[in-house]
Amino acid sequence: MGIKAIEDKKKRRSFIALTIVSFFWVLPIIWVVSTSFKTEAEAVSGSLNFIPEIFSLQSYRYIFTDDQHNIMHYVWNSFRAAGLHTVLYLVIVSLAAYAYGIMRWKGRDKMFWLLVSTMMIPVVMNLIPLYSLMIAFDWLNSLEALVIPSLGGVFGIFLLRQFNLGIPGEVLESARVDGANHFQIYFRIVLPLTKPALVVVGLFAFMTNWNEYLWPLIVLNDDTYRTLPVGLALIQGNYNIYYSRLMAATVISMIPVLALFMSAQRFFIKGISMTGVKQ
Amino acid sequence: MSTKPWNRGRIKRLLPGAFFLPHLVIFGVFFVFPFFYGLLISFFDWHMFIPEQREFIGFDNYVKILFDSESIYYRYFWNGLKNTFTFVVLSVPPLVITPFILALLMNVEPKGYKMFRAIFYLPNLFSIATLVLIWRWVLNTNVGILNLTLSEVGVENIPWLSKQPFAWFSLVLMTVWWTIGANMIIFTASLKEVPDNLYEASDLEGANTWQKIRYITLPSIKNQLIYITIMTTIASFNVFGQPQLATEGGPEESTTVLMMYIRNIAFGGGRPDPGVASAMAIMLGLLMILISVIQVKIIKRLSD
Repeated sequence: MGIKAIEDKKKRRSFIALTIVSFFWVLPIIWVVSTSFKTEAEAVSGSLNFIPEIFSLQSYRYIFTDDQHNIMHYVWNSFRAAGLHTVLYLVIVSLAAYAYGIMRWKGRDKMFWLLVSTMMIPVVMNLIPLYSLMIAFDWLNSLEALVIPSLGGVFGIFLLRQFNLGIPGEVLESARVDGANHFQIYFRIVLPLTKPALVVVGLFAFMTNWNEYLWPLIVLNDDTYRTLPVGLALIQGNYNIYYSRLMAATVISMIPVLALFMSAQRFFIKGISMTGVKQ
Repeated sequence: MSTKPWNRGRIKRLLPGAFFLPHLVIFGVFFVFPFFYGLLISFFDWHMFIPEQREFIGFDNYVKILFDSESIYYRYFWNGLKNTFTFVVLSVPPLVITPFILALLMNVEPKGYKMFRAIFYLPNLFSIATLVLIWRWVLNTNVGILNLTLSEVGVENIPWLSKQPFAWFSLVLMTVWWTIGANMIIFTASLKEVPDNLYEASDLEGANTWQKIRYITLPSIKNQLIYITIMTTIASFNVFGQPQLATEGGPEESTTVLMMYIRNIAFGGGRPDPGVASAMAIMLGLLMILISVIQVKIIKRLSD
């Protein structure tokens, strides 16, 4: 056998293996979608039909008009909190990454590595004191509690600084010679050049905030600002054995994320590869 | 403009601050301060809403959870720690090995590998509540698709979430389904960096697949392997949502992990005791740091 033939055989075998394994990843989702379009009776009938006997929109109609725990309200709340957090986070960390990556000042690297080393400290140690702080700020049950404390995250600075260090010195130098000050260099040169990195940092900030479960569970106690994960968990208790409704709610919770993933897949993949490879 | 030279110099020196201060202030208020404040709370009989009743009690909270076998908190702490450990031990190997194998398969770039990559990664973006809703339905004892399929081949209904050892199995299974995508992508990226000529040389010496993995692949991706193992271990130590929502800590508190006790003791009904919960959180945090350090040492030694 030639090398080409061995390669082809390897590829074929790996394709078959991946196909089999990926079934286990896809089937649960298809089953959930299928259940959401069944009637409640058919959902619990114990049949293995993937295609509903009676195609029903009843569950969707129910969850959209539910005025006790409305899923669209939770979706909107999550969107508002995560969106606000992401915008603020991008501003704050891109400024900081400029100071730690582009500007030169005494103690810069020492301070940066000190910040990075705090990423070792487990989040669980801060949970209770942070709650106490929320009480002091009168931020329980507020949008601030969802948006602001996590703006102190260091990871975004770490990633953006790596990119800033990669900007050629001549580019910055020639801007300086042309009389640009630091704010102009930040806006006109650094931000445009690091756009892909900003997208990655923004996506991860958004997803982390969107999926946060424990923190909103603790700091929110009614539906005003309640986010999707916590709301969905409530719905789970509320709909109890109405599985078709539950699965309709599950499908709705998957759609925004799915849309984001489809439109920005390469940024997700890139971002994750970077976290592991560059250190 | 009439800026005096000394003035310009001072502005220049203060300028970096204008860029990093917004972050540093928030970092200080919501990270550094809580860190020390948490240590303080753990030495108090703490009341969240009634400051007058707070009372300094030294190491009492630590003594209570670590040594006082009469105390209910002692039982909570050790049971929670045991359960968290069980989850870490059961989940970390599959959470590292499964994505490694998938990455090896992906590395030969078979047809449609980008689609496979997307499929394995997608669940990573779901929230814990979505994850648990999906799996509670799939694992439903009477009408879940898994038991329905198994009954076709004559297996009786298995109570996946309400009996051990199935409950642990189910929690690990859903965690694997949920999170391996990220590790897989990191492995795939790092496998690309392994120089081809290393494999060619080993082909000439007649090495088999396992030998190639052991003596070429693993040492070459040492750094990523350390990173993945540590991050995965830390994530598993933090486990909370899966048992809270899927098994509700049961059966008989056998999956009530330490994070669940911490949350219940600090914020739950009855008489919350944030001081005790803080002491537990600090013990858990210290343990996590300790284990990360040990892991780095072990993996470095193994792959040298």
